[in-house]
Amino acid sequence: MARPTRHSAWDWVIFIALLAGVIITCAPFAWMISTAIKPNAEVFRFPPTLWVEAPLWDNFLRVFTVIPFGRAFANSLMVTGAITILQLIVCSMAAYAFACLQFRGREVLFLIYLAALMVPSQVTLIPNFLVVRNLGWIDTYQGLILPFAFSSFGTFLLRQYFKTIPRELIEASRLDGCSHWRIYLFIVLPLGKPALAALAIFAFVSQWNNFLWPLITTTKPEMQTVQIALSTLQGQFNTDWPLLMAGSVLATMPVLAVFILGNKAFISGLTAGSFGGK
Amino acid sequence: MAWLFLLPSLVLFLLFTGLPVVAALVISFTQWDLFNPPQFVGLQNYTSLFNDRIFGQVMGNTGLYVLASVPIQIVLGLLFALGLNRVIHGKTVLRIAYFLPVVTSTIAAALVWSWLFNTNFGVVNALLSAVGIAEPPKWLSSSKWAMPAVIIVSVWQNLGNGMVLFLAGLQNIRQDVYDAAALDAARGWKRLWFITLPLLSPTTFFVLIITLIGSFQVFELVFIMTNAGPANATNTLVFYIYQNGFQFYQMGYASAAAMILFAIVLFITLVQYRLQNRWVHYG
Repeated sequence: MARPTRHSAWDWVIFIALLAGVIITCAPFAWMISTAIKPNAEVFRFPPTLWVEAPLWDNFLRVFTVIPFGRAFANSLMVTGAITILQLIVCSMAAYAFACLQFRGREVLFLIYLAALMVPSQVTLIPNFLVVRNLGWIDTYQGLILPFAFSSFGTFLLRQYFKTIPRELIEASRLDGCSHWRIYLFIVLPLGKPALAALAIFAFVSQWNNFLWPLITTTKPEMQTVQIALSTLQGQFNTDWPLLMAGSVLATMPVLAVFILGNKAFISGLTAGSFGGK
Repeated sequence: MAWLFLLPSLVLFLLFTGLPVVAALVISFTQWDLFNPPQFVGLQNYTSLFNDRIFGQVMGNTGLYVLASVPIQIVLGLLFALGLNRVIHGKTVLRIAYFLPVVTSTIAAALVWSWLFNTNFGVVNALLSAVGIAEPPKWLSSSKWAMPAVIIVSVWQNLGNGMVLFLAGLQNIRQDVYDAAALDAARGWKRLWFITLPLLSPTTFFVLIITLIGSFQVFELVFIMTNAGPANATNTLVFYIYQNGFQFYQMGYASAAAMILFAIVLFITLVQYRLQNRWVHYG
């Protein structure tokens, strides 16, 4: 490593392995796009070709006409956006209490929140479904949003970060007569921006891809999220591969864009989960 | 004062996590089809599960999936992280590339891989015939090859997750440890085996837990790629919970299966924490 000018045989082996890895990782995406713009004559050709001779863009429009994909896309944006904002508010408030305030039962409650990380979401699936059904929230935005408005992981992530804010800063503001709301809003939140960004990207990506919950709590096509719409598309056009791939490209684009723009914050959040606790 | 800050999270936590965990346990002792009032049946759902031939198959499938995909993911993730850690230029771009499948929706990933695994027109079989395999597998429509196909996709999708964590772990190892090792003439394999891997073990431990727990929850891949078929060959624990709860409306039975998932996850977590002290070295 200290000798960048001389490459050993090992460096070449590693380089080739990493390159092969990238090709295998990215090939399905290339294939997704290539199939989405293929005319039928080229789709069912053997051996298949990656290059498209006569690209066709119709499939991207067809997705929006054969099912209410536009509406599903808007629903996903709405639901994912609302969950992200709510998680930022709810988790940062809880994290402020855990990191900056003294109160009885603080450690116990924090442990309970942490223990919730061990509960698989499928365990609470049926009771949550019953709660939402009894509230009359099937096929509603609140039914899709509220069960995810709080996250134990988010609270943990923000609390770890808020703890690194110097205590003197908070105590000095207290002496100046600042209320806790002011300290939370004007000192802790602005200083906690990197952690908040990590949580926002994390929440957006995982909620955009959420499948099982909207699958059981939506019945009307106009309330479906984009992932459910994609699965409906598969059910109705299961051999129309260009159409399915066009839908997949569209459903994947928002998260890939968010991830590529915010990958540093995302990965720092991910690794904070493993190293922050120590 | 503190409780005002905690109020929103407490309400949401109790309503959607705390009480539902207790409720799931209670429902698992009942017979309930949602249309008639629930009936208390004691442990009957659990005894039926143990005598349910399909549930046996489901647990076998889930076990096979976990045993195959977890070690492959961890070993490959570690190897790629070790390789990437030596790269000087373009590390960020490579890391993004490897991580793309992780953030891609599993539904879209499952769809494109269903197409790649298509028996007659898929790329996988085209490549296999190109290297001279005369009768490539029928993959998703074969009860023998459907599960390996699902496992391949899961490795493709989750590899980047472990890799990114391993990479962060490697970057946490301080350079002075390596410098000291160099004085003792520890290089190459020796350095990897006696220094890097032991110092990386907290990360390995964490990656192992989250990969194991995540693998037991496989659902979307089989939902899209095989719909648990052919003939339940890829039916997994979470698919079985979904199927019983939301296709057969057997809420009690589905809850009992969900409690078994919960027990498995708790068991893994506890066993790992006990074993942690034996083989994990904190640097």
